[in-house]
Amino acid sequence: MNRNILVCGVGGQGTVLCSRLIASAFMAEGEQVHSAETIGMAQRGGSVTSHIRVGAGAFSPLIPDGRGDLILAFEPAEAVRNLNYLKPDGIVIVNSQPVKPVTESLRKTGYDGTQMLSFLQEHYHKTYVVDSHEVCRQFGSLKFFNIIILGVACGLGVLGVGKDTVVAEIEKIVKEKFVEVNKKAFAAGFLLGEHYVTDR
Amino acid sequence: MKKEYVMGNSAIAIGALCSGVKMVAGYPGTPSTEIIETIFHVPHEGVHLEWSVNEKAAMEVCASASYAGFRSLVTMKQVGLNVASDPLLSLAYVGVKGGMVIVVADDPGPISSQTEQDTRRFAQFARIPVFDPASPEQAFEMVQDAFALSEKYHTPVILRPTTRVCHGYATIEFDESYAPKDAEGFIKDSSRWVIFPKLSARNHELIEKRNAVLAAEFSTYRFNTVWGSANHGHRAVFASGISFSYAREYLNEHQDVTLVQVGTAFPFPQDFAKKILEDCEEVLCLEELSPLVEEALLQTAGRYQLKVRIRGKLTGDVPHAGELSVNLCAKILDSFFGTEHRQEVPFVSDDVPPLPVRPPVLCSGCPHRGAFYAVKVAMRKKKAYYCGDIGCYTLGNAQPLDMVDTCLCMGAGITMSQGLCHVDSEAVSFAFIGDSTFFASGITGIVNAIYNEANIIVCILDNATTAMTGHQPHPGTGFNLMGRYVDKLSIEKVLEGLGVQKIVLADPANLKASVAAVKECAKLKGVKAIIFRSPCVSIVKSVDKCVITDKCKDCGICIKQLGCPAVITRKDRTVIDESLCVGCSLCAQICPYKAIEKVKHE
Ligand code: SF4
Ligand code: SF4
Repeated sequence: MNRNILVCGVGGQGTVLCSRLIASAFMAEGEQVHSAETIGMAQRGGSVTSHIRVGAGAFSPLIPDGRGDLILAFEPAEAVRNLNYLKPDGIVIVNSQPVKPVTESLRKTGYDGTQMLSFLQEHYHKTYVVDSHEVCRQFGSLKFFNIIILGVACGLGVLGVGKDTVVAEIEKIVKEKFVEVNKKAFAAGFLLGEHYVTDR
Repeated sequence: MKKEYVMGNSAIAIGALCSGVKMVAGYPGTPSTEIIETIFHVPHEGVHLEWSVNEKAAMEVCASASYAGFRSLVTMKQVGLNVASDPLLSLAYVGVKGGMVIVVADDPGPISSQTEQDTRRFAQFARIPVFDPASPEQAFEMVQDAFALSEKYHTPVILRPTTRVCHGYATIEFDESYAPKDAEGFIKDSSRWVIFPKLSARNHELIEKRNAVLAAEFSTYRFNTVWGSANHGHRAVFASGISFSYAREYLNEHQDVTLVQVGTAFPFPQDFAKKILEDCEEVLCLEELSPLVEEALLQTAGRYQLKVRIRGKLTGDVPHAGELSVNLCAKILDSFFGTEHRQEVPFVSDDVPPLPVRPPVLCSGCPHRGAFYAVKVAMRKKKAYYCGDIGCYTLGNAQPLDMVDTCLCMGAGITMSQGLCHVDSEAVSFAFIGDSTFFASGITGIVNAIYNEANIIVCILDNATTAMTGHQPHPGTGFNLMGRYVDKLSIEKVLEGLGVQKIVLADPANLKASVAAVKECAKLKGVKAIIFRSPCVSIVKSVDKCVITDKCKDCGICIKQLGCPAVITRKDRTVIDESLCVGCSLCAQICPYKAIEKVKHE
């Protein structure tokens, strides 16, 4: 299998755990995986990306432009920022809740994410919007969005790995006392993904 | 055997452990930091591990361990090698006994560095071998090869990964039962270990002879190889480092291409290259940073009078600056082979909404903000220069603080403020330096200032950690990588010992007192030091928060003056984002309406 998945968001949103779970789930299914994280100065409130590349033909740690199959975006503008990586018919799963840049109060650009979402929906017919505030409510913290969005991708059937594989990796990788709640978050996301399909 | 999915830097660390490394030293710097951090976190019994005070110290600590026959590993980022170049260039003459590998991580882009320098050039300059891995897997193999080679030829060896190799992830397989290799210890021999002109002249000759032998050995090295088709129509592509991986993806769709990896740029495997060049009319060279392999190919062609055109950076086919990528390489290769370039970038739309910029800023409640602001307030009607340095506090340059006038390299702030004070005695010259940078390279600058009678104010922003690179301990923190608690080196005692007459301790969270301290120092002649002491907000958990009460008149002064990311406007009202605020109360101290109050966080 050849598959390129990009996870993006803003520093502190938990994208790294999400990409780690994806990478190890593919490996558990016997695939060869390479990935890369953006690390460094950019992490402080800046844009972050994880590139996950599955398959024997992948040598570059970063996804080449126009080769991405799927973007998991934790923030609307970050989805748009990384569209150069996506195939024309690629899939975008995006959080509708914006993270205003820390400089917003100084610059007052009025950024609220809505323009980004309509741009995505207009140009990418496989755009799926998830409201992190709504889906995280039952878990009492936005922290779980990284697992929920993974569940959504799996439920939509676009992740490329099976549900049980991901759950097994959650059990392996996540700290023990958070395993149960993360499994619930994943299940909630999965359900959402399944229904997203039937709704359309 | 254990299989693990790890970052390139961790692969290097594990490769060194598997080689029986005994001594590991380095100084933190992106993208190299995780090598030492990995060793700290995995089993490493019997290994001496340290964050040295700077790269020069690290190099010297490891050199003598290698004299004693033990294997040693030094790690740093590219600019760190500038600091360690003094011991390196001499060490190249003296040589080592136990294998010594110097990992220097280059940063094409640059992504988080001051320069786009090419460490392979340094290897060529020092006349020592350099390995250039194209992937984390190769880095894991090469670090082990480098140890063996170092020991065989008694020379320090450089491993030069770049950011994408350091921070890429891949699976490696290794034997967990590694342990440091034993050695007989240091054997005195002044004809070998003491550098004298006679020794240097003799060894210079030997080194050049050895390099010729190495070049021949490298000609059959497994990472100097030919990929793809042998039937190439008299054209070939040479690639070094990560560029090879980018070009390798081009082969997926163009199997008729001949691709050559050069894994050891110096000593250049001339025999290997010559065989390929003899068969070609034209070759292209893909590499980042500088045209080192390209020049070696030109040399080879010149020496053997081969009729081959060599294209690369020097012919304008490959850009000199910035990173390469799969797409960029594909474009260059398409034009080289005269194939039509398939535009793989479908994302061309002119109605992309403007993207919010997310520049790096000081964290909310960062104590540096209070320090910079206090100096700014105290110098409001005065002419002043602000010489910055390398660390999180470089971010003090951003609006609205705008408090960094110069930034050059580690420790330069202290000495540059002296230059300005000598040419403009009207102005007040400030230097800003962090605690880790102070220990790394600030102290000699203070000595210089005192001796040469400079009038400067040195602001030491002591946040009790090396924050920028991810919170490494340093001599002032009282903890080292051997896991031991040691006496903290006191910055004020160091300053006192050097003869600084005026040393003031200030709490950057107390604006009034901080401003007063700056004003007091500005009145005095000579070298003055203000230690702004408050821990980095990401290493201490805060219990306080500030809130804005209804006394607020939305004048926006707090936002415009401080730029703390926690103060935001929501529906045209000025509010504090509770999830970000750490309750430093700096904003409360400047609010003209006393509308900001501190509350305990439940
Ligand atoms: S107290 Fe004010 S300046 Fe300090 S972190 Fe909170 S909002 Fe920022
Ligand atoms: S400075 Fe005080 S009054 Fe002015 S906006 Fe800030 S909190 Fe409100």
